[in-house]
Amino acid sequence: MSKITLTTEGDRHIVVTRRFAAPPEAVYRAHTEPKLLQKWLSGPEGWTMPACISEARPNGKIRFEWTNGKGGGFYLTGEYLELEPFSRIVHVERMHLPDPTPDNHVETIFQADGTGTLLTLRMTLPDAETRAAMLKTGMEHGMEASYVRLEAMTAAGHNSASQGAPGA
Amino acid sequence: MQPDLDAAFSALSDPTRRAILARLALGEATVMQLAEPFEMTQPAVSRHLKVLESAGLISRRIEGTKRPCRLAQDGIQAIDQWLSMLRDALARNYDRLDEVLADMKPENGKEKQ
Repeated sequence: MSKITLTTEGDRHIVVTRRFAAPPEAVYRAHTEPKLLQKWLSGPEGWTMPACISEARPNGKIRFEWTNGKGGGFYLTGEYLELEPFSRIVHVERMHLPDPTPDNHVETIFQADGTGTLLTLRMTLPDAETRAAMLKTGMEHGMEASYVRLEAMTAAGHNSASQGAPGA
Repeated sequence: MQPDLDAAFSALSDPTRRAILARLALGEATVMQLAEPFEMTQPAVSRHLKVLESAGLISRRIEGTKRPCRLAQDGIQAIDQWLSMLRDALARNYDRLDEVLADMKPENGKEKQ
């Protein structure tokens, strides 16, 4: 149920899938309403998102601010591009670490799956510099990098080929 | 060789190259040994190996006339580390989202019924 899959698509994209035990409407709302976003997009363990702007309309602003309560913090800004209520969101975002990273173009798809939802997140693979900055930030923020075994990664690659892209 | 993540991700975009890496995860192999299960010509396999080698994902040594290949741990780990950090961060967020969605349910029920 809660298994996340993460695969690379070509050399430019990362595709993430995850199932949720709630209908698309609820999952979509949790992705667009600030009060709900603040609850789950709260950052690394011990961090919170005290400020959240999410104007869910085309050209609407996105701004998420995280803090560890000890003077540490970073933020993300972005814009909504397309919104199809309860089924699809397209937005761009960039992290400020503190320099802005190149725009990450993200498509989020919400598909009914029985009584639940299949979420598919398709994002741009960040460039080498951004990946290094993310890794460094992740380490600073105490995310433990657990090493995935090569077999698991290559198996995931095959899965993505055999399952096909949802909606394809 | 310094792992080059851009070249590595590019090298990994090909299913045959991923399959070659999966085979090499079991141990060192020669071009001939690699060509067999994939029903490919040796030159075709050699071309894939060249891409993997320049991306820092495999290394080759010389043994007589053979050049057996093995996984290059540095290159593999650099990719693993980055992808697993992303996966862990997303997994934690989505586990929290499960809880948020569970809390939303009674409210949805009230609105709808």
